[in-house]
Amino acid sequence: MSGAAQESVIELRGIRTQFGTTVVHDGLDLDVYRGEVLGVVGGSGTGKSVLLRTICGLLRPAEGSVEVLGTDMLRADEATRSQIEARWGVMFQDGALFSSLTVRENVEVPLRAVAGLDPGIRRALADLKISMAGLPARAGDNYPSELSGGMRKRAGLARALARDPEIVFLDEPTAGLDPIGATAFDELIRGLSRSMGLTVFLVTHDLDTLHACCDRIAVLAERRVLVTGTMAEMLDVDHPWVNEYFHGPRARAASAAVPPGLETG
Amino acid sequence: MQNIPRSSARIEVDLTGPTVLATLGGSLGVESVSGLHAQLTALPDDRPLKLDLTQVTHLDTAGAWSLCILRRRNETAGQSVELTGLDPHAMDVLATVTASLPELKASDQRPLTLADRLESLGRAVSGGAVYVVELTAYLGLFMAGLVRGVTNPRSFRLTALVHHCHEVGVKAVPIVAIMAFLIGVVLAFQGSAQLRQFGAEIFVVDLIAVSILRELGILLTAIIVAGRTASAFTAAIGSMKMREEIDAMRTLGIDPAAALIVPRVLALLLMLPILGLIANVAGLIGGALMSWVELGISPATFRLRLVENVAVTHLVVGMVKAPVFALIIGLIGCHAGMKVESNAESLGRMTSSAVVAAIFAVIVADAMFSVFFAQVGL
Repeated sequence: MSGAAQESVIELRGIRTQFGTTVVHDGLDLDVYRGEVLGVVGGSGTGKSVLLRTICGLLRPAEGSVEVLGTDMLRADEATRSQIEARWGVMFQDGALFSSLTVRENVEVPLRAVAGLDPGIRRALADLKISMAGLPARAGDNYPSELSGGMRKRAGLARALARDPEIVFLDEPTAGLDPIGATAFDELIRGLSRSMGLTVFLVTHDLDTLHACCDRIAVLAERRVLVTGTMAEMLDVDHPWVNEYFHGPRARAASAAVPPGLETG
Repeated sequence: MQNIPRSSARIEVDLTGPTVLATLGGSLGVESVSGLHAQLTALPDDRPLKLDLTQVTHLDTAGAWSLCILRRRNETAGQSVELTGLDPHAMDVLATVTASLPELKASDQRPLTLADRLESLGRAVSGGAVYVVELTAYLGLFMAGLVRGVTNPRSFRLTALVHHCHEVGVKAVPIVAIMAFLIGVVLAFQGSAQLRQFGAEIFVVDLIAVSILRELGILLTAIIVAGRTASAFTAAIGSMKMREEIDAMRTLGIDPAAALIVPRVLALLLMLPILGLIANVAGLIGGALMSWVELGISPATFRLRLVENVAVTHLVVGMVKAPVFALIIGLIGCHAGMKVESNAESLGRMTSSAVVAAIFAVIVADAMFSVFFAQVGL
C-alpha cells in the first residue's frame, strides 16, 4: 500500500454524532483508501461501532459529511444511495443472519436484488461464496442456530461478499473466536482483500488482527480520530491511551508473534 | 457476433478451426452472468477451447465462476481450456474462485414419498405422546416440590409465591371482570330476545346463572389466564433458559423446579378459583343489569329468582374445574419455557405454542368435565 495517488473510497469530514446530550463524535475526519485494510481501534464507548453504523447509513450524524465512492451519502437521493449500498457489504458482530433462512438462503438474499439472475446460478453463486468464506459445503443447508459462533461469522462474511462489494465493513470479526479460529479469520480477510481488491473497514479490539491484517490503523479517542498510520507509526505516538494500548503486555505478545519481515518497531 | 440481452458482456465464437476460439468482451459481472453462463455452456466440449479475454473490462466472482464451471466441464471431458488476456487483478479473482469452487454434488432433494409422509405422521404422534409424558413428569416435579416445601418450610419461596400471586391474580382482575361482565350482558341480551317469544322472560335469570356459574365464568377466565399467564411463564423461564440462568442455578445447587415451577403453578392454583369467582359475580351483575334494562326484571327479582331457582351445585361444578385448569395452564407454560433453546426464535415459537396448547387443553378438559358431570348426574 505504498501510497502514490491513493483514491479515497470513504471520506468523513467533521462528523458529529450525539445521543441526547452525550456527544460520541465531534469533528471527526477519516479517509479510507481503495484496497487497504483499515483497522479502527479505541476504548470501550469511543463509538467504533457507531462510526461504522454512521458510514453504512444506519445512523445519521448531526453534522458533517459522509462520502462513499465519491457520493455524498447524506445528501444523495434514495436511488443513488441504494446503488452505492449495493457496492458494499456489512458483517455484523454475530453475523446477524436471518434466523428463519438457511445459510444458503441468507447468502442469496443480496443476490435476489440482481435482475434476471437465474435461480440455479444464484444458488451456485451462494455456494461459491459460502466456500470462499471457508465454510464446508454442507453448511449451506444449516440454519444459523445450528452453527457455532465462528461459523456464523463466516456465514455473515459470505453474505457480505455475495455481490462482490468494493468495500466490506466488519464489526469485531474475531471477537469471541478461539485463537486458531481468529487467526484463520484474519488470514481469510487478508487473502480476500488482496485477491479481490477489497477495501476493508474493520472495527476490532484484537491486537493480533491489527498485526495480521491491517495496512493502517485509526485510533478513536477524544471523540475523533486521534491518529492514523501503520502499526510501526502507532508505536511512536505519544498519547497515554495509544501508548498503553500498543505497548501493553498483550501488544508485546501480539507483535512478537508477527514474522520478522513485518516487524518494524 | 451475438449480443446477450440484459448484459454488457459480449461473446464471439469461431467454430471453424480444430480449436474453438471464443472472444469475450465487456463486463463479466453478476448482472450478466445468466446470459453469459448460457452462452458458455453452449460451447462444445469435444475440442480444445481457447478463450480470449483481452477485451474484458471487469470480471467479478460471478463471471469467474462461470468460466471455472466451463473449464471444469471441458477438462472433465478431456479437452484443454486456455484463458488468455486477463489482467493480473482478474487473474487473482479467477484463482480465488477456482480455489474455492465447491465440489459438484448430486442434489439430495427428492420428492416426498408416502413413506416420508407416514414417517412424519408417526413422528408427530409419538411427539404428542412424549409431550403428554413430559407434562406428567412436570406435574410430578411440581408435586414433589410442593411436598418438600411443606415438610421443609424454610426452603419454600414465599416471596416468589406472593409476587406471582400478584402478577397472575391481582393484575388479571380488571380484564377478567370486564370480560365476564360483557358476557353476562350478551347472554341477557340474546336470551331475552329468544325467551320473549314464549313470554318466558323470567327464565333469562336461570339461563344466565346456569351458563355463567357452570361453564362460561370459569372457562373464559381460564382462557384469558392461559393467554396472559402461560405466555408470561414461558417467556420468563425461556429467557432465563436462553441466558443459561437455569444452568447457573443448577451449578449453585438451586433446584430450578422448586425455584421457578412451584411458586408459579402454586400461585395459579390459588388465584384461578378466585378469578373464577370474580368472573361469576361480574357476569351475574352484567346479566342482571341487562335484564333490568331490556326486560324490566328488577335486581331484587333477579336476586330472588337466583337464590330460589338456581342450585348451588352449578357453582360447585364450575369451581371444581378451576384447580385443574390452573394446573394445565401452569404446567404447559413452565414446560414450554424449559424447552426453549438458545436462540430467540425458539423463545417466540415456544411462547405462542404454549398459549395455543394451554387454551386447547383447557377446552378439552372442560369437555371431559361436561361428559363426566352428565354421567354422574350433577
